[in-house]
Amino acid sequence: MTAYDARFRVWRGDAEGGSLRDFTVEVHDGEVVLDIVHRIQATQASDLAVRWNCKAGKCGSCSAEVNGRPRLMCMTRMSVFARDETVTITPLRAFPVVRDLVTDVSFNYAKAREVPAFVPPEGVAAGAYRMQQVDVERSQEFRKCIECFLCQDTCHVVRDHEENKAAFAGPRFLMRVAELDMHPLDAAAEAGLDRKRAAQEEHGLGYCNITKCCTEVCPEGIRITDNALIPLKERAVDRKYDPLVWLGSRIRRRSDSDPR
Amino acid sequence: MAQVERQQWDVVVVGAGGAGLRAAIEARERGARTAVICKSLFGKAHTVMAEGGIAASMGNVNDHDNWQVHFRDTMRGGKFLNQWRMAELHAKEAPDRVWELETWGALFDRTPDGRISQRNFGGHEYPRLAHVGDRTGLELIRTLQQKIVQLQQEDFKEYGDHEARLKVFQECTVTRVLKDGARVSGTFCYERESGRFFVLEAPAVVLATGGIGKSFKTTSNSWEYTGDGHALALLAGAPLLNMEFVQFHPTGMVWPPSVKGILVTESVRGDGGVLRNSEGERFMFDYVPDVFKEKYAESEEEGDRWYEDPDHNRRPPELLPRDEVARAINSEVKAGRGSPHGGVFLDVSTRMPAERIKRRLPSMYHQFKELADVDITAEPMEVGPTCHYVMGGIAVDSDTAATVGVPGLFAAGEVAGGMHGSNRLGGNSLSDLLVFGRRAGLHAAGYASEGGARPVVSQEQIDAAAAEALAPFHAAEGAENPYTLHQELQTTMNDLVGIIRREAEMAEALERLAALRVRAARAGVEGHRQFNPGWHLALDLRNMLLVSECVARAALERTESRGGHTREDRPAMEREWRPVNLLCRPVDPPPADPAADRIVLVRTRTEPIRPDLLALFEKEELAKYLAEEELCE
Ligand SMILES: Cc1cc2nc3c(=O)[nH]c(=O)nc-3n(C[C@H](O)[C@H](O)[C@H](O)COP(=O)(O)OP(=O)(O)OC[C@H]3O[C@@H](n4cnc5c(N)ncnc54)[C@H](O)[C@@H]3O)c2cc1C
Ligand code: SF4
Ligand code: SF4
Ligand code: FES
Repeated sequence: MTAYDARFRVWRGDAEGGSLRDFTVEVHDGEVVLDIVHRIQATQASDLAVRWNCKAGKCGSCSAEVNGRPRLMCMTRMSVFARDETVTITPLRAFPVVRDLVTDVSFNYAKAREVPAFVPPEGVAAGAYRMQQVDVERSQEFRKCIECFLCQDTCHVVRDHEENKAAFAGPRFLMRVAELDMHPLDAAAEAGLDRKRAAQEEHGLGYCNITKCCTEVCPEGIRITDNALIPLKERAVDRKYDPLVWLGSRIRRRSDSDPR
Repeated sequence: MAQVERQQWDVVVVGAGGAGLRAAIEARERGARTAVICKSLFGKAHTVMAEGGIAASMGNVNDHDNWQVHFRDTMRGGKFLNQWRMAELHAKEAPDRVWELETWGALFDRTPDGRISQRNFGGHEYPRLAHVGDRTGLELIRTLQQKIVQLQQEDFKEYGDHEARLKVFQECTVTRVLKDGARVSGTFCYERESGRFFVLEAPAVVLATGGIGKSFKTTSNSWEYTGDGHALALLAGAPLLNMEFVQFHPTGMVWPPSVKGILVTESVRGDGGVLRNSEGERFMFDYVPDVFKEKYAESEEEGDRWYEDPDHNRRPPELLPRDEVARAINSEVKAGRGSPHGGVFLDVSTRMPAERIKRRLPSMYHQFKELADVDITAEPMEVGPTCHYVMGGIAVDSDTAATVGVPGLFAAGEVAGGMHGSNRLGGNSLSDLLVFGRRAGLHAAGYASEGGARPVVSQEQIDAAAAEALAPFHAAEGAENPYTLHQELQTTMNDLVGIIRREAEMAEALERLAALRVRAARAGVEGHRQFNPGWHLALDLRNMLLVSECVARAALERTESRGGHTREDRPAMEREWRPVNLLCRPVDPPPADPAADRIVLVRTRTEPIRPDLLALFEKEELAKYLAEEELCE
């Protein structure tokens, strides 16, 4: 394979507004979109703002929308595009723009603070924790999350509905509730905290109508909807999950009985 | 006069990786109002990339393990140049630091009886690395991040403000440690988003900024690794220790070019992966050095048996310390037995069923599939050395993490020197972060609470720091492009002070660095201060150039090969060099001419190793390492 010139359109601007700018950039063998953004920085626009860190799909910094699809730029190979295709890069739509491809993701950090932390079991000393692999695996899947916030960006509950942000934690943080709820040694219940009820009443679980869009964009392949959100819903209402009850449901629901 | 916001804190922690977060947790729990400041978003520091695991002699998988064995392995790995008291504290305290993570919600992989599972790694005698698949760093940083959130939730309950006693300033960069006389008085910072300057006033500052790899072309490190903490310490008057020791990890990706350097975790070998050259030979058997002869298998059969029965067989030489493996790969490639893209083959596909590979090494599977179109369950990977870690760092007191000669300044994590000697064992960094991060937080909080008048930050210092930071916007016509300078710096260090070093090349590197300093003084940027990566890079250049000068100068001075410092013209490890520390000190006052040397080298002697620790080794083994006069003592 040889180098070729590709056409890019990159959104440039800030909170006040901005527009797509055209760039023609050389592309080499095996490169990813982030390489191209770096080449634009180094040769054509030294002040082009972009977040990145590991360039290996591990830190979740380089989230953006590539041809309208939320993706990690460092894990998007140029070879997935035709050579004559124009590649358009825009900032995450659900969050306010700071500059160019950088958005203000503080919403996510605020939501993280609203989820009560792990409650260590009383009377179990450090070093005395015993858990079986099969029991930790469920929560381990959710702890693969690199906090790229692509799912938060995608979920239609907040994507174009700023007004829902106050009441809805988003898939990432509902999954965090599920993770703690499934942690074999979490002692929240003993401390008087009902995580399932909290998911429903405080983190807006009821807004989710299991469209699975979050799962589709997750670069870690976490089955957010099937393994975290649906089980959480089931446990929250303490009865077998009935899709009809949930489809389209946006009503906040009280969990009437949950002895668990 | 620069009008900047000033805030008062007790302890400022620079860096939100494992070391910084652990320090901040400790300082806050000891009652200090603590600010953490970091260049990236909270939770994305370099630690997130760590893969293989965290070393602690819990003895869950092999109950022969204990702190003494871990101490011995660490000293051997570092070729006895380690600050032994650090290695001792590290080996003793690591298990508690790992167990503590569980009480904060961490979920490590388990043994069949429900304890924390531990895996084999190069240089560790027993399976010792607690891990979560191959994403251990993510688990570590998320756990610490969530612990911080928990503390903030407590403060919210008590004070109605999450940030009353512990605040994270994310996406902010420190460009200067400020001083009042000899003492630390705070940090000068800018917010990346807006370019706004601010000052955090505090009697105690902990540097936990990580490493320096971005000065090299082929590296596993991220953009953050511009050696900021090393430079901040030097500029504040604190010396750096043994900067010639830079670890080249043996297995980085070599193809395609855009991913060259990305790490392939050592767990691949720990779990059974083997190295082969283009002739299909497991060449590592030819590269076992004398000091390790008794500890490694002599045949493939023995090496293979070891995975099942480690008590009656010796480990395969693929699991030698990293410096040995990296040099061996380098030699094979040089001898014309390399892979098509200039590496060697690392194969797990013929060693384990596909399902097991995907379960034990999920991110490696993913990384090769996505980035190189290679299915590691079906074909070998191509790998070669990549700049990975710096053993050298800020000289610190072993017990308190205090720097030398600057009261109030502490350092922990990769930025601190001493712990790993001339070469770090895999897994020993994550444990180092927790052990010494905690100690730094503890002693910084203690120092800050000692009372007395708070140090004062003078307006002159603020003005000078602001002027320095704004210089790239005032560059005259013909300004230098910071990206170009950075690339030239990386090429210089990679080619001339890289994995194999030669006297003439290092001397040339120093000349090129001087020339680059002159050009960097004219680095200029476009645009304005709002989230401007060109500007950020222009400021980082100062740090990279300073640290690179330290590395090159110390490497030229040390006329032997040891651990992460390999000289073709001085291939042997010399016992006379064992007790020698090389300290880099800043030239004082700093020269106005950018071409002039910025640092001077000072030789000091290491502290004699405590007799009870020496007694943990056989006499014959010590004779291979220690200098004649040390043995007599
Ligand atoms: C790919 C990879 C895999 C690894 N795997 C392992 C492993 O399996 N086991 C192991 O033990 N070790 C491993 N290591 C090494 C280990 O991850 C690092 O040494 C360790 O994480 C460093 O942690 P730290 O806390 O010192 O710094 P970091 O985690 O790098 O954090 C540095 C912090 O300092 C901040 N900072 C830097 N400069 C400034 C500034 N000027 N102003 C403000 N903030 C600043 C950064 O933003 C960041 O928050 C690995 C390293 C790599 C690269
Ligand atoms: S499944 Fe729920 S959380 Fe996920 S995108 Fe759909 S509505 Fe949002
Ligand atoms: S769940 Fe997946 S998509 Fe959502 S933040 Fe985590 S890694 Fe990203
Ligand atoms: S840069 Fe870390 S995920 Fe892309």
